Amino acid sequence: MTNSNEVYTKSNFWSGFLFGIGLVAFIDEAVFHQLLHWHHFYDKLTTEMGLISDGFFHAFSWFATIAGLFLFSHLRRQKALQIPTWVGGIFLGAGLFQLYDGTIQHKLLRLHQIRYVEDVLFYDLVWNMIAVVLVVVGILLSVNKPKRENWEGIVNGGQ
Amino acid sequence: MGGNSYIQAICGTENMVNGSKFLLLPFTVLLIIYVIAALKQGKKWPLYRCLFFSLCFLCVGISSIGPLAIRSQVDFKAHMINHLLLGMVAPLLLVLTAPMTLILRTLPVFFARKISMVLRSFPLRFLTHPIVAGVLNIGGLWLLYTTNFYAHMHEHSLIHFLVHFHIFMAGYIFTLSIIPIDPLPHRFSFLYRAIVLIFALAGHGILAKHIYAHPPIGVPVKQGQLGGMIMYYGGDIIDSLMIYLLCQKWFGSNRVTIGRRERRQKALLQ
Repeated sequence: MTNSNEVYTKSNFWSGFLFGIGLVAFIDEAVFHQLLHWHHFYDKLTTEMGLISDGFFHAFSWFATIAGLFLFSHLRRQKALQIPTWVGGIFLGAGLFQLYDGTIQHKLLRLHQIRYVEDVLFYDLVWNMIAVVLVVVGILLSVNKPKRENWEGIVNGGQ
Repeated sequence: MGGNSYIQAICGTENMVNGSKFLLLPFTVLLIIYVIAALKQGKKWPLYRCLFFSLCFLCVGISSIGPLAIRSQVDFKAHMINHLLLGMVAPLLLVLTAPMTLILRTLPVFFARKISMVLRSFPLRFLTHPIVAGVLNIGGLWLLYTTNFYAHMHEHSLIHFLVHFHIFMAGYIFTLSIIPIDPLPHRFSFLYRAIVLIFALAGHGILAKHIYAHPPIGVPVKQGQLGGMIMYYGGDIIDSLMIYLLCQKWFGSNRVTIGRRERRQKALLQ
């Protein structure tokens, strides 16, 4: 039973992780590109590497959103959902993507800035601090062993 | 672009659109054959597939003749909408109609065997390999928009026709190789096809932003920017449908393996 549960724990984590990447990419696109118009589709400083990185992460996050939810549905069908692990995966996926976006894509590859104002440093700090908080919460949730076993006990009817 | 030059451009390009009608003619014949074959199958053949075939025909029609096709000669935004209809929407609809399955079911066994032999031949196996189809599809687009091919396309009606034919066929073969609703001679795993699809989507997105930054020769900057955004976001919508269909196939086929996996794990523990 433990062996099988470990397999499910991994699946739960990866389902959440994929969905987390997709969720944060979606928020980035919907809120910062479309609603606030802070982010630019392309600015004149964007490097070629920035375009390549954006292309791959955009494609992957689109895929991850849908695949993550199908994996969630698959786990539910198998009665193997472990919600805390799944939520932990979401936080970790979202946090790591946000951190990558805020450091490598925005600063190193200059894909675009968070907002086109004089003091962008403030925005960068807030952005990356939120990312770090998400990562820490994600790690705490997905490595919290006793809680997970409790949950499994409930789902599997105390077997 | 001023009104006068627009009219001039339209008069000059009327012939190009006439060339694209040749794409529509065989398609009309195919639509008639498809509907007759579907009627022969009766209730065994779902009605939505006939509807999808008609919608596919409509997409090819809109992008080959009529106002949008004419407009796309001079307006890059219209060209991009055209390209999305012809290269992504129409091929996806065609894949969903499962035309090969219908042919193989309708024809007498002797001919069906011959056709399935052709489908299993090396050239077709090669063409329908996901990576080959992906390179043909996305690579073709890079060639069109990053070289002076795009400008040439509007000068020679044969090139214009061939480019449109290629965009549709490459789109169809690629979609087919990723979402095999028709039987394919080779089966690649879900993960394999998923990775190829992500690479293709990335190639499409990178090209869209590249067009935004560097419009093809002869395209005004503003039109290039809007065209690039139409390609990027329009592509996303159709891509999400492809991803959904691919994942749904995985979800459906995994139902069977659940019991098998549990038995295997129990056997391992003993």
